[in-house]
Amino acid sequence: MQIHINTHDGVPIYLQVVNQIKYLVSAGRLSSGDELPPIRVLAEKLIVNPNTIARAYRELEMAGVVEKRRTAGTYISAEGSRLARRERTKILTGRIDQLLAEADQMDFSIEDLIKLIHQRSEALQSSRAKEQLHD
Amino acid sequence: MIDSKYSISSARNDGVSSVIEVKNVSRRFGAKLALDDVSLIVPRGGVFGLIGGNGAGKTTLLKHVMGMLKAQTGSVKVFGLDPIAQPVGVLSRMGYLSEERDLPNWMRVRELIRYTQAFYPTWDERFAEELREMFELDPNTKIRALSRGQRARAGLLVALAHRPELLVLDEPSSGLDPVVRRDILGAIIRTIAEEGRTVLFSSHLLDEVERVADHIAMIHDGRVVLADSMDDLKDSYRRVTLRFDTPIADPPKLLGGRNTQGAGSEWTYICTVVDGDMGQVRGAAESMGAQVVEESALSLDEIFVANIRP
Repeated sequence: MQIHINTHDGVPIYLQVVNQIKYLVSAGRLSSGDELPPIRVLAEKLIVNPNTIARAYRELEMAGVVEKRRTAGTYISAEGSRLARRERTKILTGRIDQLLAEADQMDFSIEDLIKLIHQRSEALQSSRAKEQLHD
Repeated sequence: MIDSKYSISSARNDGVSSVIEVKNVSRRFGAKLALDDVSLIVPRGGVFGLIGGNGAGKTTLLKHVMGMLKAQTGSVKVFGLDPIAQPVGVLSRMGYLSEERDLPNWMRVRELIRYTQAFYPTWDERFAEELREMFELDPNTKIRALSRGQRARAGLLVALAHRPELLVLDEPSSGLDPVVRRDILGAIIRTIAEEGRTVLFSSHLLDEVERVADHIAMIHDGRVVLADSMDDLKDSYRRVTLRFDTPIADPPKLLGGRNTQGAGSEWTYICTVVDGDMGQVRGAAESMGAQVVEESALSLDEIFVANIRP
């Protein structure tokens, strides 16, 4: 489980852990039933306060992404993967909002933008097809 | 918001919820006022980070906690005791790593360990050996011959091996390479994670303080300018960018706003908010004909600067 902590952009560390674990679930790199490392182990690995990891796990539990089991482990819940779709939509929504804001500032209409998205999609597909030919 | 299920703290509780209480301490060295009416409470359990620039008074404050300096005015209590009147009761329960790492140069590593062990009835020989191996300290090396990083590790070993309730570290990682810094920060985390003990450490490396501390005090010119839990502190500041309908030369003041920067119709403020709630700021912005176009949290580094240069 790769988590990267950054202390320069101001995002609270517990939130970075929450977001990255949600991201790993939505990207399919963590799936239902996978065990998260114990709080102390992850705290030492990331060099962050154990209470920060505890808070992140607590938030993830409240969001239904993970569940505590009686044997004192924290696991990705079955519900977690369902939530993952909503999370994926959320991630893309954020990117799209940014794109829309930039397009607006550059005087691009929504129609122009959609046209551009189609163009890029076709360009990417044809370059991918070419790559496959070379393989 | 402590949930017992996840709670890490299991420190022994002898009826005192704070480990250190500093009350109205002032300290003068000649004409220089090194500490100016400092009051500070370090709660039991967790990591308390003392931050401030060079010469702010961090080391002077820690020396009062250790009983190495006597308060000229005010009082210092550690475990409810006066460290100067009852040094044995206090120091036997503390581990200390000084900024200068003043270790006896003429000793070998093995001798340093044995020598220090003699002072502490709670010394854990197996733990000391474990640390020595982990830190790759050769028992036959003279302290004088240790590299800077190895010297810091040796100092940390003898500060930790009696499993103190309170670990005090003065600039533990300054001037060290990333590998040694990791060792030291890892030891801080292990100390509180496994045993629910308290760590008080000073540092001017704010990124590492943000990682490991759950409480913070900011010292500037001998005064405590800020003391809070890390969560509340982070929730008290937002960077807010406003867009005004028309360009303005002199931006109006915004609610708790400071460090205003910008030009034309876009101005950025550092705002103080309550529990990260932006409602008030949005309202205030609207009432002066502006819109919040960007909002972000601040790093500890930025919070520090905002408090030093309002």
